[in-house]
Amino acid sequence: MTPIAHSPHAHAPVSIGKVMGTVLLALTPATLFGFWLYGWPAINLWAISIIAAIVGEALVVRMQGRAVRPVIMDGSGILTAWLLAISLPPFAPWWIAVLGSLFAVIIGKQVFGGLGQNVFNPAMAARVMLLISFPLEMTSWIAPDANAPGFMDSLRVTFMSQHMDGMASASLLGHVKTEFTRGVGLDQALAGYYSPLHMLLGSRAGSLGESAALLLLIGGLFLIARRIITWHAPVAMLLGVAVPALIFNAINANHYAGPMYHLLSGGLMLGAFFIVTDPVTSPNTATGQLIFGFGCGLFTWIVRTWGGYPEGVAFAVMLMNTLTPLIDQYVKPRIYGRDRKGAALTANKGA
Amino acid sequence: MKLFDLRGGVHPEGRKNLSAERHIRALSLPKYLFVPLQQHIGAPASPVVNVGDKVLKGQLIAVAQGAVSSSIHAPTSGVVVALGDHVAPHPSGLPVPTITLQSDGAEKWITCETIADPLALSPEDIAARVGAAGIVGLGGATFPSALKLNLSRSSGVQTLIMNGGECEPYLTCDDRIMRERAVEIIEGIQLIAYAVAAKEILVGIEDNKPEAIAAMQAAAQGTPVKVVAMPSMYPMGSEKQIIQVLTGMEIPAGGRPADIGVLVHNVATAYAVQQAIRFGRPLISRIVTISGGAIKTACNVEALIGTPVQELIDFADGYSQPAARMVLGGPMMGQQFTNTNIPVVKGTSGVLALTQSEIGQAAPSPCIRCSTCIRACPVGLMPVEMVSRIRASDLAAAVSFGLKDCIACGSCSYVCPAHIPLVHYFNYAKGDLATQERVKLKQEATKKLADTRNERIARIERERAEAAARRKAAREAKERAKEAAAQAATETV
Ligand code: SF4
Ligand code: SF4
Repeated sequence: MTPIAHSPHAHAPVSIGKVMGTVLLALTPATLFGFWLYGWPAINLWAISIIAAIVGEALVVRMQGRAVRPVIMDGSGILTAWLLAISLPPFAPWWIAVLGSLFAVIIGKQVFGGLGQNVFNPAMAARVMLLISFPLEMTSWIAPDANAPGFMDSLRVTFMSQHMDGMASASLLGHVKTEFTRGVGLDQALAGYYSPLHMLLGSRAGSLGESAALLLLIGGLFLIARRIITWHAPVAMLLGVAVPALIFNAINANHYAGPMYHLLSGGLMLGAFFIVTDPVTSPNTATGQLIFGFGCGLFTWIVRTWGGYPEGVAFAVMLMNTLTPLIDQYVKPRIYGRDRKGAALTANKGA
Repeated sequence: MKLFDLRGGVHPEGRKNLSAERHIRALSLPKYLFVPLQQHIGAPASPVVNVGDKVLKGQLIAVAQGAVSSSIHAPTSGVVVALGDHVAPHPSGLPVPTITLQSDGAEKWITCETIADPLALSPEDIAARVGAAGIVGLGGATFPSALKLNLSRSSGVQTLIMNGGECEPYLTCDDRIMRERAVEIIEGIQLIAYAVAAKEILVGIEDNKPEAIAAMQAAAQGTPVKVVAMPSMYPMGSEKQIIQVLTGMEIPAGGRPADIGVLVHNVATAYAVQQAIRFGRPLISRIVTISGGAIKTACNVEALIGTPVQELIDFADGYSQPAARMVLGGPMMGQQFTNTNIPVVKGTSGVLALTQSEIGQAAPSPCIRCSTCIRACPVGLMPVEMVSRIRASDLAAAVSFGLKDCIACGSCSYVCPAHIPLVHYFNYAKGDLATQERVKLKQEATKKLADTRNERIARIERERAEAAARRKAAREAKERAKEAAAQAATETV
């Protein structure tokens, strides 16, 4: 006899592959824009990251004796590599991308037991690893308005670490941090260096995709509209940055940058809509996601303001990742017919 | 009227348009009818006919046994040809005791008692007649209706809620009966309300059934019955959810609607009640939706209880393509079946022949902790956490996450992007839990027996010792008396 299938006998037209595909689609505009800004080196880096992730993951899964196809086809490894790639400096050498991708999918994910088991966001774990191990390569930014190198030149940039003279530029956050250490105040540091419009449109030195705050925001809204993510974690993260920025900026405007500066710079938009919304490493409930997002934002602001690194999204996310199980343990929905503690409600007849 | 918010829920594709415009038609009389003795929650009915007996349509053929049970009547006139096992719509797929009837084609009724003014009956009498007519909850729960009426009357009913939600995809049997028999339903509702002295009467209908709402509203004109349109959402027609959306109240965990002064009945049950009280007709037929992508002409039929499902499928012109899965009831909570000889029973709301693409099932992949299942759960559970506990065989932890509160609605499984069969795990764990509890009860009973036995033995010993002590004391006293007498004698000498 055929085994009897359990209800339900219907299913929403969803799958892990479709979820990941939608996220990739949401990332595409910002990524294409990054390609257009930075040219072939950015494309090379992006392609290398993804290929390395696929090959690396396939090898490890094969060594574990599991089926390779479903693991690759779920698209999660590609997404991880993509997120990592667009958070790298576009002119970084090829081995940065390879190392980062392999670290992300192998150490960051498969070692924990594969998809759904990892504690840390793999892309952010890899980014932090790279930042600590290769600070030089990870902070060499390129101003996008310089002539983008052609394809052949780009190969030299990516594969032979050839420097493009006269194009080196600091990202905004990095610039401000450097100026601070030299004792230069914000009004001077920002003069001629910062315009919210440029930030929004991305014509600023930065990583591949994170320059385009506006396109990332649109991608994020698309994901919310498609119900892939909810607004809770992103909004909380933006608030987690904006609220302290607003308060401290009001106290000392020359030392603490205002909320607009923080919101539009660095990897915040990428983090808010594509990183803290990672299902695996964020809490399960709406309230939990609010706490998580706000924590990520707050720590990002703290690292940016007082920490040793100009950007703090990756550190903040990893820190909050460690708190996710704790948040999940304490923040649970109330069960129907029970109070918050789980005791049955008292009958209240004919209320 | 103000409606209250619900948590969670899903919006599966309705597919009601397949059959929604098809009028209820009577099925032609089958040659054989297979009437199982258990079509309800509780104890099976006990047959009161023998093989070879001639019966009339509506005649009592099996009588309710014990407190929770329901009587069964002959769906047509004919001869009892067998008393024995027959395949049945039971999850186990095993045959169950069944009365097999060969119809004589005459459809000759018993004499039915018609009552012109049912409100002259006492509430107790109404409940008794509902019980005698073998009426059970037709929404699918199949709880004996008379019992529900009696329990509610003794505990008091503030609000009577009539469930016209029909939130399961495909099913249109309640939709059709509300459109076509609204007057009878409203009368039945008022009889139920009278039987339990309800103060407020609400009929909740999902707003994807505008014609049904209009028909019911028209029929309810000038009566205390209030027809309310509810948002279409699954599982709106679940008892807990319809109470919540209409009254804002929740049934305390482990309790019943009566605990908060609410009684919920299905609209089709109200029709059956009206037929039973007004015309003395027992429940021998019901409306069934035949639908699904693999059915040629989806439709709604009034089928006699005991009709083989195959006859319904033939009535719908058979299959348009091979069915990937056959389901009784709706796709969200219905039950798969493979043998089309199973009969229609009182709880059969739909017969579905689904295609592979309608089922939409894929091989499960790892959970990505996306919490979609948590957002979908109307009860506020965390299916992902319960499943990880069940997988680790930690049933106690699963219970602490609310396993016992799960209503098995299937919303979580329906939306899970990883296609993890969550409800399957929950049903399996609930089964294990029930077994454990049975074993525990048995152990406790055994322990109690042993305890009483030990106590009895101890008592007997004690009594024996006491008796021995008494005898000894008596003997000693006697001896003392004898000695004293002897002494006295020597002294006197
Ligand atoms: S919906 Fe499925 S994949 Fe998502 S958390 Fe629940 S069980 Fe896991
Ligand atoms: S089946 Fe249970 S756990 Fe799943 S959504 Fe329904 S009530 Fe919640």
